[in-house]
Formats: sequence, C-alpha cells, structure tokens
Amino acid sequence: MATTTDVRGEPATLNNDEILRYSRHLIMPEVGMEGQQKLKAARVLCIGAGGLGSPLALYLAAAGVGTLGMVDFDVVDYTNLQRQIIHTTADVGRKKLESAGDKLKAINPFLNLRKFETKLTSENALELFRQFDIVADGTDNFATRYLVNDACVLTGKPNVYGSIFRFEGQASVFATKEGPCYRCLYPEPPPPGLVPSCAEGGVLGILPGLVGVMQATEVIKLILGKGEPLIGRLLLIDALGMKFRELKLRKNPDCPACGTHPTVTKLIDYNEFCGIRGEEKPVESSVSEIQVEELKRRLDAGEPLFVLDVREPHEYQICNIGGHLIPLGDLPKRVHELDSSREIVAHCRSGVRSAKAVAFLRQAGFRKVHNLAGGILAWADRVDPKMPKY
Amino acid sequence: MAKIHIPTPLRQYADKHATVEVNAGTVGEALTGLVSKHPDLRRHLYTDEGKLRAFVNVYLNDEDIRYLQKEGTALKDNDSISIVPSIAGGSQDIDEVANLRIVELNSALPTCCCPACCC
Ligand SMILES: [Zn+2]
Repeated sequence: MATTTDVRGEPATLNNDEILRYSRHLIMPEVGMEGQQKLKAARVLCIGAGGLGSPLALYLAAAGVGTLGMVDFDVVDYTNLQRQIIHTTADVGRKKLESAGDKLKAINPFLNLRKFETKLTSENALELFRQFDIVADGTDNFATRYLVNDACVLTGKPNVYGSIFRFEGQASVFATKEGPCYRCLYPEPPPPGLVPSCAEGGVLGILPGLVGVMQATEVIKLILGKGEPLIGRLLLIDALGMKFRELKLRKNPDCPACGTHPTVTKLIDYNEFCGIRGEEKPVESSVSEIQVEELKRRLDAGEPLFVLDVREPHEYQICNIGGHLIPLGDLPKRVHELDSSREIVAHCRSGVRSAKAVAFLRQAGFRKVHNLAGGILAWADRVDPKMPKY
Repeated sequence: MAKIHIPTPLRQYADKHATVEVNAGTVGEALTGLVSKHPDLRRHLYTDEGKLRAFVNVYLNDEDIRYLQKEGTALKDNDSISIVPSIAGGSQDIDEVANLRIVELNSALPTCCCPACCC
C-alpha cells in the first residue's frame, strides 16, 4: 500500500531552465512532469544542518524540492568536517546556516531557502511546522527528538526520522495519519543516568551520509506519493556488517501522543521530560580541583603526585601526559591498583569523567584526590600548545 | 537455539558480543539466560522490580513482543530476538552531548564512561 500524505500540491510550473535541469527526472515515469511539479510545490523543514542535515538538504535541493526550511543556530567547527559535508574547511567559524545556504543556492538557484537561526523550542515548533508539509529530523538528543515527534503529531506533519550511533543507524517515517509515531515505539525517554550508552563515542563519518540520504529518499517518496515509504517500519542499518534489518512498528492505541486518548495535547518542557535540568553544572563543586599550571609546576618540582588518566585507551593514543591509564568504567574493579596514601590527580579530556572518578574514589575512602580542571584540553591550551586536541 | 542481537550501546555489558545464542522456550527465558551470562546487562534491561524497562523494546524476528505474548512468547529454533533501545545519536559534537547530560554522582558505579556522553 503506497501511502500518500497531505503534501499541499499547489500547481507549480517549470521554466525551460528547470525542465533541462530536471530532465533525468522528467523522463522517468515515477516522477515525470507531474512529480517534478509536486517537488517544486513541496515545503520541507530540515531540523539541523549537521551530519544528517548535510546530505539531506543537498539532495533535496538538487532534486528540485521547491521550499526548504533549515533550523540551526550552531557554528561550523573543525570536528564537524569529518562528516558534515555541506561545510568546508573555509567555513570553520561561520554560522552553519550561512555556510549551508551558500552550498544549497550554488547547487540550485531555484531553491526557496528559508533559514531559521534559532533553537527549536516548545514555543516556536508548532508555528514553524505549520508552514511546511514534511519535517525531517536530523537532531541528536532525546529532548529535541520528542519535541519534533509531538509537534509533528499535533500539526499532522510526517516526521522523517534518522538516528545514528557509531556505525549503526535507524530510519523510519513517523506521525503520518495511519502510521505510528516515535512515542508508539518509545513512550518515554530513558532516565539520564541509565542511557544505554557507548563505551566509545563518536560516529563513523560516512554513516550520517548513508542515513541522511535514506531520509532524503523517504521525503521524495512522500512528496511523489510513490513506492513504499518507511511508515510502520524501523530500518536498522549496521554499516560494519553492511546488514539491513527491518522491524514492524504498530500504531499503539495507548500512545500518549497519537493514541485514541492522547495525553500529549500541547508541547511540554522536553528538557525536564528527559531529565535534563537546565544549566546545572555536571560537576559537583565539592570535588577538589587543581589547575593545569599548578600540576605542571608541581610535577616539574618533582613532587610525588600520581596522575590518573580515566579516558579510554584509544584516547590515550591520541595524546597523554604520561598518566596511569584506568578507563572510568574499569575503575571500580581496578581501584586496588591505586595507593590511597598518595596524592592523586585524575584527568580526562575535559574534566567531566574525571570528576566522576574523583567522586567515586572519595566514596571509596581516598582522601587526597583532585580533579584536573579542564582536563587534557586545558593542558593543551595552557601548558603544551604542541599537544593535539580532539 | 535462539539468537539474541545485542545493540551497539549495550555490547560493552556483554563482553562486546554482537549476538548471543541461548537455549530457551520463551522470550522471557531467553532474556533471563542472557542476563545470567552477562550480569552487567541486567540493570540496563530490567527495573529493580524485575520488569523490562519501558525504553527497551524487544522484538522476536520482526515483531514487537508487546503485540505477541510479551515475555511469554514461545520460541522456535532459529528465531532471532532483537533488543532495540532508543538511541539519541545524530551528528552531535562531543561537548554538546556533555552539556545535555547530568552526571549522577550518587551512584557509586559510573554508568557511562564515554567521551561522547561524559566529556
Ligand atoms: Zn504514537
């Protein structure tokens, strides 16, 4: 059952330049003049101009989607370039929307690009979504994911979903009239302390390309009303095994958002819903801190400080200050390697994991433990500028 | 024998295995067998009361067990069970994620120790 959504198909005519540009679409029966006009009339909102948003927006612009909205308020940095292919080295430091906008207009000057330099919030989402036909979710956190889902359900806009994790991806189409929504699958987010998370973070650079192009494909199919969209199906992508699996999703009659008696009737505070308490500092202030300059001075003076590095072994390979390596996750079972009578300075990349380590060691009876404020990043900034940062 | 697919985020609690084979009559027994082989997985799959957590979906082949006989669903030979947790990955940068997460210092065991989530 090919399912069409209510994409507003106002007639849009193509000029001769557009006919030439889209000729490889026009000569295939699945698109043709009628389909190309639907693409031109369509309005797609892309949330995020990052890993997923890059290929998504590039392909939608090239394919002739008439109106493309982009929501982002971030700035391009060097670590984005490994996967966010809409941005180039010269764009580092620019607003992502400016950078992406240049590329999209260069690919297709006929594109009507609408830039929203803002964070998507419960206050602006409904008004924004109402101006578009389809929403493509390229976000990366639970709070925005639930916000996008609920706003799509409330405004009746299909949510073309993609998510990536290291070398695994998920894709689906949620919140169509007849199909399930994200909350049918996951009514509530995991509590923050128990997020099933990664021993090693990061993402394979090509993976957002793979998943973002799948999202673009689904957007185009929804606009054309052709093929079998991923409605009611969750596609699992394993790029290492290059295996694709598909799970059936059902519309849950008890779904809080799209069920028969929905309890989600307006947008809520999604940060609170996901257990994220505003600007709260993650590091407990009672953790004793030491600055990188002081550590350097005391080490140079030959003081018997014990430096404990709680990062992962592959991070140690990138750069280290010669600390004793015990990854945070292994600390409870390797705590016997440490001498509680010695003064210990724990560090990680930026100071968050090592704060946990210090708190754990204090509970375990260690009295002279300090957290290196700012971690090895601060060391690279203020002590050893030759040290690589990551 | 049924095969249980372990998703990437949980593999660290299952000796890095992508799949685990168990002998069991039902989905519930298979999961019990899995957590007895890999006890670190228990708190990620079950609540303290021993119920499957709401954000962990379990599939038998391509069907959600909530729409079958839940954990009592019978297993046939060569069935495959998938654990599908919600993942938050998008294109995030390491420090953006750190800002979004509160660190629970009250738990003695660090729950997570990755550069993407914690630092
Ligand atoms: Zn739903």
